[in-house]
Amino acid sequence: MNRHDEFIQTFTILGRDFSRAGSVSTEIKEILQEIGVPSSIIRRVAIASYEAEMNVVMYAQKGELTLTLNPETIKIEVEDEGQGIEDIELAMQEGYSTATEEMREMGFGAGMGLPNIKKNAHIFIITSSPGVGTYLKMIFYLDEERAA
Amino acid sequence: MTLQEIIKGLNLEVITGGDNLNLEVKDGYTSDLLSDVMANAQPACLWITLQTHVNIVAVAKLKDLAGIIIVNGRQPDKETRQKAQEENLPLLLSKETAFQVSGRLYQLLGKGK
Repeated sequence: MNRHDEFIQTFTILGRDFSRAGSVSTEIKEILQEIGVPSSIIRRVAIASYEAEMNVVMYAQKGELTLTLNPETIKIEVEDEGQGIEDIELAMQEGYSTATEEMREMGFGAGMGLPNIKKNAHIFIITSSPGVGTYLKMIFYLDEERAA
Repeated sequence: MTLQEIIKGLNLEVITGGDNLNLEVKDGYTSDLLSDVMANAQPACLWITLQTHVNIVAVAKLKDLAGIIIVNGRQPDKETRQKAQEENLPLLLSKETAFQVSGRLYQLLGKGK
């Protein structure tokens, strides 16, 4: 990639499709490994993208994840059509979850999703319209020293 | 310690990933909450859980885990077996509880010394 190059790829995530859940995050991880992103950054991206993907699977009809790579940053945006989030501050609290009993039995609904994204992305922005959907933007710096 | 040695030591049944057992296992992590594993499990560790559905395979792959031990004599779903097979991920079964398996793995790996 030269300085002006940007790589953009969009993935579709289907709501309630638990059997394929995690496949988009796995694909992203493979792309990052192929282009030689440091493993410490890949670990951050894998956690955050997985949580974002699972949120679409659990709470939305469908969503689109867009991965944008340039020489400095990895950007992941997720936009879904779904129930949205009434109270983002509450949803950001560790342990708070609106997962159903069925989801909890599968080991989801720990109330760690959004907190895990916040911890791992260098920049995290979330907006939501209840009844319409949610938009997330996460940015990861390839140079971790700059991020700190 | 290799996965092969642990399988022998803990008397585990190998379901999938049988040609991937020379992996060096560094640690273990016991949890049934997927986000907890995503947040806290370290690469090359063995994950001990009672979850049997297909999503555990994606978590293990995303976290570069050495494999999964399913406890309490539970059987993985058919989809889980298929996915683990495709990914060549060691899927192992134990009749013991998560507590017993964790304690024995902790000793085998020489932790707490």
